[in-house]
Amino acid sequence: MNARVTLATARRVLAQLHGDHRTVALLLIVPCVLMALLYWVFDGDERVFGRVGLMLLGVFPFVTMFLVTSVAMLRERTSGTLERLLTTPLAKLDLLLGYALAFGVAALVQAALASALALGPLGLDPAGSVTLVLTLAVANAVLGMALGLLVSAFAQSEFQAVQFLPAFVLPQLLLCGLIAPRDQMAGALEAISTVLPMTYAVDGMNQLARTSELSGDLLVDLLVVVGAAAAALALGAGTLRRRTA
Amino acid sequence: MNSTAIKVEGLRVDRGHRTVLNGLDFAIPAGAVTGLLGPSGCGKTTLIRSIVGVQRVKAGTVEVLGRPAGAKALRSRVGYVTQAPSVYADLTVAANLRYFASVLGVPADRGDAALDAVALADRRGDVVGRLSGGQRARVSLACALLGEPELLVLDEPTVGLDPLLRRDLWRLFHDLAARGTTLLVSSHVMDEADRCDRLLLMREGAIVADGTPAELRERTGADDLEDAFVRVVEAVAA
Repeated sequence: MNARVTLATARRVLAQLHGDHRTVALLLIVPCVLMALLYWVFDGDERVFGRVGLMLLGVFPFVTMFLVTSVAMLRERTSGTLERLLTTPLAKLDLLLGYALAFGVAALVQAALASALALGPLGLDPAGSVTLVLTLAVANAVLGMALGLLVSAFAQSEFQAVQFLPAFVLPQLLLCGLIAPRDQMAGALEAISTVLPMTYAVDGMNQLARTSELSGDLLVDLLVVVGAAAAALALGAGTLRRRTA
Repeated sequence: MNSTAIKVEGLRVDRGHRTVLNGLDFAIPAGAVTGLLGPSGCGKTTLIRSIVGVQRVKAGTVEVLGRPAGAKALRSRVGYVTQAPSVYADLTVAANLRYFASVLGVPADRGDAALDAVALADRRGDVVGRLSGGQRARVSLACALLGEPELLVLDEPTVGLDPLLRRDLWRLFHDLAARGTTLLVSSHVMDEADRCDRLLLMREGAIVADGTPAELRERTGADDLEDAFVRVVEAVAA
């Protein structure tokens, strides 16, 4: 591992993103538009918006970074640049952490904009601090990115990579407590939801809606999110083979 | 030119149920341009991938610069240019060079010399995706030159290039060889055979001839290297 190579990779990924103005606009504006739409759907009902809006601030970075990373890494595989990089002194971890850093920065900007809108004009008022909301949002983004990186190894085309979103992310979205509270689900579903990482991403936001301090529950949520991201990155490193058939 | 850069013994590669390379044995001398010539689909790319250490190998050994192919210590000593240009199409030429310089751990200012060498100095600021196929291939080559590797492995680097440019690139290859670099250059075009110091002729996963162009002519009695290739293949089949 080498900090110079990790940073160079992060800068390169950000430069690629920066060159793609439409993707940047979609990444930054869509969460804001959806947030405003949600506010309108609940017709200004502060209680419901306060609960669901904050959870969505946790979900957006996860979903968008999952999608962007799985396609970006697939391109890296299909364009031959990955094979080339793996013949150079670059360590696999340099590449993975470079991606994590770059998309972490993108997620921070995305979450900051969506939070500014939600907490400002839309009047969202979580008990927890803005810093904690942003921290959790970035952790969720890194988790989404790590999972996207992992599943990209199982996609042979961009069509397949995009299909992994409904396959991997939608079930988590249904079971994470956003649609229905988990303790009201059938026992089997609740059990499944406890092993899905997005459950903790959303539960963390729920904690922040209620309490102002860094509670034990919130800490567990954060640790699970970061731990799952690290595990997915480690598994992802395993899919980067220097030798292939 | 007396030491050996690459030594291959009993190399066998299977892909799926098919044997692509079946028991290859040969050596490539250091400080020369060796051409790997053969028709499309004969196993050139698989052999090249085995030499740079990215191909899973069924049997045999490949030794590169005195170490097993793919060894960690070789990663900064071997440059590999794939057949399809492996550079970032959404970045500028300069940004690609900057990134690969960082990865290789060499000063970023080597980029200008590398671009000069492939005659693309006036395209520094262009996005790679807007360049022609041949220009992209040269950007990919420039990125490999940055590391000043001891062994440069090039998979069909001259495909689709205009004849003048092709001549200039072969000059570059010989300049590099004169300074001690070993080059292995694949091509499916026989008229490039004469530009090489040594030739490996390949057909259906086997090496059918190995020697200098002059030796090959003498052995087969053919003036033209394409004829020589045909005669070698006929002799093998007979």
